[in-house]
Amino acid sequence: MYGFLQHLINGLAAGTIYALVALGYTMVYGVLKLINFAHGDVMMVGVYVGYAVAFLMGREHFGTFAGVMLVFLVSMLACAAFGLLIERFAYRPLREKPRLTSLITAIGISFALSYGFQLDLAVNLGGTSYTLLPGAASRAFPEIIVPNQWFEFGSDDQSVIIWNWQVISFLIAAALMVGLQLLVFKTRFGRAMRAVSFDHRVAALLGIPVDRVIAGTFMLGSALAACAGLLYAIKDTSVQPLMGMYIGLKAFVAAVIGGIGNVPGAVVGALALGLCEEFVVGYTSSSWRDAVAFGFLILVLLAKPEGLFGRVQAEKV
Amino acid sequence: MRSILLSAFAALAVATLGCEKKTAPVEPPKPADVKPLEGKPAPAPAADTGDIIIGEVGSLTGSEAAFGISTRNGIELALEDANAAGGVKGRKVKVIVYDDQSKPEEAASATTRLITQDKVKLVLGEVASSNSLAMAPICQDNKIPMISPSSTNPSVTEKGDYIFRVCFIDPFQGFVMAKYAREELKFKNVAILKDVKSAYSVGLTEVFERKFAEMGGKVLGIESYAKGDTDFRSQLTAIKKLKPEGLYVPGYYNDVGIIARQARELGLKTVMMGGDGWDSEKLFELGGKAIEGSFVSNHYSPEDPSPQVQNFISKYKGKFGGVPDSLAALGYDAANVAIEAMKRAPDLSGPALRDEIAKTKDFPGVAGTISMNEKRDAVKPAVVLQVVDGKFKYVATVKP
Repeated sequence: MYGFLQHLINGLAAGTIYALVALGYTMVYGVLKLINFAHGDVMMVGVYVGYAVAFLMGREHFGTFAGVMLVFLVSMLACAAFGLLIERFAYRPLREKPRLTSLITAIGISFALSYGFQLDLAVNLGGTSYTLLPGAASRAFPEIIVPNQWFEFGSDDQSVIIWNWQVISFLIAAALMVGLQLLVFKTRFGRAMRAVSFDHRVAALLGIPVDRVIAGTFMLGSALAACAGLLYAIKDTSVQPLMGMYIGLKAFVAAVIGGIGNVPGAVVGALALGLCEEFVVGYTSSSWRDAVAFGFLILVLLAKPEGLFGRVQAEKV
Repeated sequence: MRSILLSAFAALAVATLGCEKKTAPVEPPKPADVKPLEGKPAPAPAADTGDIIIGEVGSLTGSEAAFGISTRNGIELALEDANAAGGVKGRKVKVIVYDDQSKPEEAASATTRLITQDKVKLVLGEVASSNSLAMAPICQDNKIPMISPSSTNPSVTEKGDYIFRVCFIDPFQGFVMAKYAREELKFKNVAILKDVKSAYSVGLTEVFERKFAEMGGKVLGIESYAKGDTDFRSQLTAIKKLKPEGLYVPGYYNDVGIIARQARELGLKTVMMGGDGWDSEKLFELGGKAIEGSFVSNHYSPEDPSPQVQNFISKYKGKFGGVPDSLAALGYDAANVAIEAMKRAPDLSGPALRDEIAKTKDFPGVAGTISMNEKRDAVKPAVVLQVVDGKFKYVATVKP
């Protein structure tokens, strides 16, 4: 029983992080019908920005509210800007080309980022060396939130532990998801987003600035990804350039399970995936985790090809 | 992970091409598209002049990048020394390095490329046993000698008579740590956390488990993880419940650092032990205080006062900065063994080089004296080091 509760908590915590990344996939797919394979790598870039900010601000600010906020805000803003750049220069010129072209570009950007970040590049300015690209080796993520147990009940052998990062990431993720829901359904920008998602050509005819809406969607998704990446780095205490590939793929699976293009679907899919993985690791062995996660995807697609919350769309040929 | 993505992408591409075939027929490739590959100058067909080309495959990127980079540095240093001293048979030795991204399939294709395209005389590499195991059959089939600087899994050199190594093997390394844990640290029971994806980790676990039991100790439980995992809390919680005196983690530095941190967070205070896979400066960065007091078996200690070792260390520091780890030392040794064999060999054909490498005896390497045995493994002592103040400190030498 205690074991079950513990796995439930761990699974939900992992699921919320996947959910934040999955939202980026699903939003971009919603407006553009593009699977942005570079999304996970944008997340990785956000984590390294957070790493750099934490490093520059110094150890004495770790663990303080202001310090944590600074790391998150700078990293999310930087990522939003980065998402904007990628959209502007890589995807926008290809928007009227066949969809496969953008997809290949997305994979290209993903490779360029994850392998580019494995290069060592430092410049020497006025005697101090500045690292521009971090190199391939894993680095320890600064302990801006020191992982510790917030809550424990039960005795030594039979106990349930809730970690501070689990609570914090759950709260941050929940707040961002509620915010996103409000944005999509209660604001002008959200209405524009939904209109573009419905049909961007008609939306353009009706005077909606399609380019700006799409750029905004990319910025939003990238900022959420940066936040998710930081939560992940705090949890697992290490960062490396390939982390984006791995988490990105999992989040993509979560988005597909939930029905890609559907915002609540992405969250449910991510939580289901997080729980599924945690129970597999907890009750069998970690080598089964990925097999079961992807098996779950196949099962869902067999039973409901449009995903749990997806709509069936008639395809015009 | 990458291959999943690629195959998903390939399936998608095929599907889309299938649909679009009617409107846009696939054009046959133009001759211009294929030309660059053929146009590449054939590397020195006249084999008796010009530079001698040898190949190296290493993990310059990916999860074990620190290993590959150290090894490459060591090899570079050895070639620089050899070329400064006149080279081999009056010719300079040049190395072509390919990155395998820490993946066996990439290591295999890099090896094929070195042998068939670059026509190298011999191949140096890899560090991780899983990668060396992928390379060995290719070298064997092409009769090109391969020297692994630091793959310790026994099956690497069992792939054939062209495969050598300049380090000791896992049965010895596992024995060293089991013996030290049982006799010096007086542990009665231990737990093991192994990486099921790495031949190195699985092999060491097997030996340690058997030897420790033979010496009267008890292995309480074996938990496993897979390379690439970053959350080890479930496994560590299970280990904590066993209350072992020692925890043997025969993994690579990048995983070990995180494992140590998460173990200490969970309140698991057990002394940790490991193998040469821990040896990287990165371990101290990743593990921080959590790895203090741990013990590892290793190939060499930078504290060795012999002039040869100290000379190597000062040269390395001057060129790359930082104290060379054992991977750098073994890379240096592997390259030197290769160079010596090339100097002695009557010609640079595969069989001739193979025979000379096999004859290596009492070669003074920086990581111990190297003699090849009949299984093409180097026979040499191991050292036990302890992590003290973020550094490896020498504690004992164990002879074979």
